[in-house]
Amino acid sequence: MNQAVSIQGEAPAAGAKPATGAAGHSSLSANPLLQRLRAQALPWLVPAAVLLLWEAASRFGWLSTRVLPEPWAVATAFWSLSASGEMWHHVAVSTGRALSGFAIGGGLGLALGLLTGSLRSAETLLDSSLQMLRNIPPLALIPLVILWFGIDETAKLFLVSLGVFFPVYINTFHGIRNVDAGLIEMAKSYGLSGWALYRQVILPGALPSILVGVRFSLGLMWVVLIVAETISAQSGIGYMTMNAREFLQTDVVLVGILLYALLGKLADVLSRGLEHWWLRWHPAHQARAR
Amino acid sequence: MRYAKGAMLTPHLEFEGLAVPGMAEAAPPRLHEVATPRQARQPAPARGLSLQADDVGKSFGEREVLRAIDLRVEPGEFVAIVGRSGCGKSTLLRLVAGLETLSSGALRLDGAPLAQHREDIRFMFQDARLLPWKRVIDNIALGLTGQDARERAREALSQVGLADRANDWPAVLSGGQRQRVALARALVHAPRLLLLDEPLGALDALTRIEMQRLIESLWRRHGFTALLVTHDVSEAIALADRVLLIDEHRVALDQRVELARPRSRGNAQVAAIEEQVLQRVLHDPRAA
Repeated sequence: MNQAVSIQGEAPAAGAKPATGAAGHSSLSANPLLQRLRAQALPWLVPAAVLLLWEAASRFGWLSTRVLPEPWAVATAFWSLSASGEMWHHVAVSTGRALSGFAIGGGLGLALGLLTGSLRSAETLLDSSLQMLRNIPPLALIPLVILWFGIDETAKLFLVSLGVFFPVYINTFHGIRNVDAGLIEMAKSYGLSGWALYRQVILPGALPSILVGVRFSLGLMWVVLIVAETISAQSGIGYMTMNAREFLQTDVVLVGILLYALLGKLADVLSRGLEHWWLRWHPAHQARAR
Repeated sequence: MRYAKGAMLTPHLEFEGLAVPGMAEAAPPRLHEVATPRQARQPAPARGLSLQADDVGKSFGEREVLRAIDLRVEPGEFVAIVGRSGCGKSTLLRLVAGLETLSSGALRLDGAPLAQHREDIRFMFQDARLLPWKRVIDNIALGLTGQDARERAREALSQVGLADRANDWPAVLSGGQRQRVALARALVHAPRLLLLDEPLGALDALTRIEMQRLIESLWRRHGFTALLVTHDVSEAIALADRVLLIDEHRVALDQRVELARPRSRGNAQVAAIEEQVLQRVLHDPRAA
């Protein structure tokens, strides 16, 4: 029964194969380099087409510049903003805010996660309170934060720190808790204890989980910063875009959005690189390296 | 310290070849070395620790695992402990290692409490338990101190025949290679009592035989006392001076194996003892 089905199923496929096979074969034998180039260019076909369509729509007036500027205008805006140095100033201010917020919130999350992960007493004392706070979205605190800190730097720093705190905290906690008990037992029976045990066994064992937390929080870092800067700021990418909105400079608004996208991507690439280096012993990373 | 740990291993550098299975028989015996194990161990008479268990019992809550175990192990003796799974043989080993606490009775090593000999005991687990984030060489150097830690680790690694894998990650090693590294990690501490908790249980048949030969040759070389827990009766008889059977929480059989080494599996005497022990394991109390 099974055999009959498989034979029937194969027949049309076998019949169809020569046609496609021959077509693919001739071009492949004609120029393998071209073939490879085509395979690499294909994924970019749709974005390029969209860009061209968008450009055309703007040129022919189907799309108002108030809705969306033409791509070329965005490119020139990017160029002029970057040439004048204005854009770099805003990028530097935003990056500074993001990183200092990340350092404070991530550092606290790491420290508290290590503490509650390592000490049962610290867990019973702190963990349930922190889990309750975790369920409050940081952005929901904006009205309160404005009342507390006004609208200057402290408010943004606070929001970003709060946003990045929980992913780092939770993943550190679970990372420490899930370190293989067998390895700890082995290390203890081989004479390791105290700080040596912590540094050589527990921390490296928790590292994969901690880095997952770091990647999560890097994503959140930009999201929270964008909102915080959009509400009120005297500088930064958010300020630049909100200012441009006042003057209907949609091209500058788009430059701001692109900058956020690029910075977010950059943060992700960096954290991936960090993971790849620190976890190079991990089978998953070795498989990718090969 | 009673002796310099590094110095202990140095004379055996030339012994590397033995790590390669099959080479053991080919290597010419050195002058002081004679065929029988007892004499071969004589160059280092003080190496092994003696073990004395008096009325040792262990319960996990309501569940009794071991009851009134009395045991003497001579220095340098190789003792295998067999029994059905869950009979408490691993628990006995973990008690000796100090990984579990006694419920009753006392364990003494060379007449002293366990805690005094922590540094002299090393444990080999069923799974190799290598730290995946340390390279092979650093896994072996785990817990070693001093300038020459890496050098000693390298020596131990060459004794198990893996000198060329020093800078590999444990993840790329095979199961047998991981256990070799774990063996080197135990040996580098120059233990006087080596506890082996089914270290070959997860290996394929050929690798097991290789590892058995390696363990035997290193035991003869270093003269430590060895306690091997295994569920494989033939493995126990191939390696041990004495085979203990644990059944119903106590030592049900204490069988001497007085056969020349290395023992071949086809040997009729080996087969006879194996049959005897197996009969006893398979619950025929009158057989012994």
